[in-house]
Amino acid sequence: MAAAVFQGFGASTALSLSKSFDSKRVKLPFGRSLSERRASFVVVGSDGRVVLDSSRAQKLVTNAVATKGDSAAATSASKPGHELLLFEALQEGLEEEMERDPLVCVMGEDVGHYGGSYKVTKGLATKYGDLRVLDTPIAENSFTGMGIGAAMTGLRPIVEGMNMGFLLLAYNQISNNCGMLHYTSGGQFKIPIVIRGPGGVGRQLGAEHSQRLESYFQSIPGIQMVACSTPYNAKGLMKAAIRSDNPVILFEHVLLYNLKERIPDEEYVLSLEEAEMVRPGEHVTILTYSRMRYHVMQAAKTLVNKGYDPEVIDIRSLKPFDLYTIGNSVKKTHRVLIVEECMRTGGIGASLTAAINENFHDYLDAPIVCLSSQDVPTPYAGTLEEWTVVQPGQIVTAVEQLCK
Amino acid sequence: MSAASLSSAINAIRSSSFAHDRSALASNASHPSSSAFLGSTARLRFNPISSSAGRPRSSAAVAAVAASNVVKEKQPKSSVSGSNLLITKEEGLELYEDMVLGRAFEDMCAQMYYRGKMFGFVHLYNGQEAVSTGFIKLLKQEDSVVSTYRDHVHALSKGVPARQVMSELFGKETGCCRGQGGSMHMFSKEHNLIGGFAFIGEGIPIATGAAFTSKYKREVLKEEGCDHVTVAFFGDGTCNNGQFFECLNMAQLWKLPIIFVVENNLWAIGMSHLRATSDPQIWKKGPAFGMPGVHVDGMDVLKVREVAKEAVGRARRGEGPTLVECETYRFRGHSLADPDELREPAEKAKYAARDPIAALKKYIIESKLASEAELKAIDKKIDEVVEDAVEFADASPQPPRSQLLENVFADPKGFGIGPDGRYRCEDPNFTAGTAKV
Repeated sequence: MAAAVFQGFGASTALSLSKSFDSKRVKLPFGRSLSERRASFVVVGSDGRVVLDSSRAQKLVTNAVATKGDSAAATSASKPGHELLLFEALQEGLEEEMERDPLVCVMGEDVGHYGGSYKVTKGLATKYGDLRVLDTPIAENSFTGMGIGAAMTGLRPIVEGMNMGFLLLAYNQISNNCGMLHYTSGGQFKIPIVIRGPGGVGRQLGAEHSQRLESYFQSIPGIQMVACSTPYNAKGLMKAAIRSDNPVILFEHVLLYNLKERIPDEEYVLSLEEAEMVRPGEHVTILTYSRMRYHVMQAAKTLVNKGYDPEVIDIRSLKPFDLYTIGNSVKKTHRVLIVEECMRTGGIGASLTAAINENFHDYLDAPIVCLSSQDVPTPYAGTLEEWTVVQPGQIVTAVEQLCK
Repeated sequence: MSAASLSSAINAIRSSSFAHDRSALASNASHPSSSAFLGSTARLRFNPISSSAGRPRSSAAVAAVAASNVVKEKQPKSSVSGSNLLITKEEGLELYEDMVLGRAFEDMCAQMYYRGKMFGFVHLYNGQEAVSTGFIKLLKQEDSVVSTYRDHVHALSKGVPARQVMSELFGKETGCCRGQGGSMHMFSKEHNLIGGFAFIGEGIPIATGAAFTSKYKREVLKEEGCDHVTVAFFGDGTCNNGQFFECLNMAQLWKLPIIFVVENNLWAIGMSHLRATSDPQIWKKGPAFGMPGVHVDGMDVLKVREVAKEAVGRARRGEGPTLVECETYRFRGHSLADPDELREPAEKAKYAARDPIAALKKYIIESKLASEAELKAIDKKIDEVVEDAVEFADASPQPPRSQLLENVFADPKGFGIGPDGRYRCEDPNFTAGTAKV
């Protein structure tokens, strides 16, 4: 296949999309021509599901129907949309939802006056007041429980864990109450809460600030988990999570907050349950999420140069898995590599491996390979830390092995 | 500070009758100012602290917390002259009926459990009825109640029909939680009963959240008249748990409309409160966080009601939370599986003599609010209600398989997209309860 073609830089093909950029309603034909594939664009399936195809440089051209030129960012006057950083995209999504629905409120440590330790809630307390953007004392279990109680009695709170790791203290509430009470009450009380925060391995933050809780939370029945990785999907997932009547845990990553991307001006909400096609390919399916997406794309560059054609999917929905997108890919490539940042034992990759084996065993030409972080508490030393997480070189080697 | 109104208005009544009981036991009877209710201290085998007869409870302790308006006034035992009546006839009969319902229901639960109609852990409330009735009968339907696993009577007092509670206990689909909750998880959206929690302490943040919603509605959504309060019930064992303290802090910090009611029955399964707690006077922990802490005789429904009126009033006026410690006792074991061997018979007898239902009955009759016949009629009526509840529960069907997956998510799209591209909840097997999710 056209191995060396896909670079995805620069050239952006204008596409016409009908209506607003709504994942459920935009329709596009399949079967794109090769030249179109070189560009960054958005693909929407005929069943209305958005599958995003984004270049490695994160240049996203969206609604090219030239109606929004006036609000385009100054840097590229002719391009629609506006450029911002990931944390700003989260904030934008949050603010839009707070504006839209007065029941939406935020609680967490330093979310108010301080603006959030990663600035996701900057300015919101000034705009909406101290009760709606609530600075809590340092009592994760209790304020998460308070958020759950507020959700049960009619509000739509967003609880921020200053670092995802701190939510281990809230595990009692998240597991017993957040996940279970809708069921235990026979469906009487819904819990439309969003629990979010930064996690993942950062830059020498030490073991306790480098945790990946997605693997710990995945067994809890009754919750959904999503992980954002680009400004575009961060905003879309934030909005979707807030609008969902289910409890949703939104995993952000400490190292991704300053990613820059151009996102649409018009409102859009993504689907919580769908995966994102990052790079279509033919030889191997690489499943990943959050920060590892970037290691994978970096490896993809090398792989393409070596003549491989990897298909990269950002699974985005950690619970439940989008087995349709994943399955279609497996049926096409017959080889699967999972690249994740959580630890090997009991991780998301382990569950994904099981799910793929159960559902698509007949389509596999080789055993599934799963690259995860080492089962070690993340060390402080830079070199050691680097060796605990999966690096692009390992991904390249794994693909080469897999495609032998 | 508004709590000052509490100090002057509240009657945190020390039961003088208690002193009589204690002297009868020939224990630490030499405190005139007494008010200590140290439970079975005299009999404790292991705790040397228990014998500290010189425990300086009253004046020094109160002085230490004087700043925060805790008041203990001695009141004469409720006298029976007409001008002193604490309740009207209607109120009296309402309280009586509610307590008798609680008692009769729990007794029936024990019977049904031993006959194999209900299962698992069942925690009965016998003896503590004054607390539930005393507080909950003052609440409106929009007010919320949060409880623990000992929640049947809180549900009944709040208005959940006995039929629904009994069905829930039998695990039938007509139960208040469709049979999915069980004894320890009673919920009712209609009556604003927000659980039923199995782990102690985990309901307190939920209650704090419900109170937060009330404040939010008033101040952010500008619903002017919204003065809903939340009452959180929990036990003495819970008062050593972090969530208790964390929520006391937050509730007072934001002046949430909540009342923390400690049902101190002195025992957490087999752990005596005194063996688990460095300072057993739980009411004192309120002032440590800046809220009033009150101790009340939880075996006397009228006293509980007086305290509750003030605490609920405070919360409604936006003056913030109150911590109320009710000295009470459970006549049965911790649960139906508990052989209850650790508690001294003398202690049990002492509290049995203070049965809240008998006490109220005596009060009603002596103050001529109602006749014995009227009370007996209520007893009979309640028996019929409970019998009917059992019949209803017996006749109700078990939950069908189709119910299995229905309430896991409020939005069942949460089960995700299956290999065929459809949402799993669209699979016909989903409603049959046999879908693979």
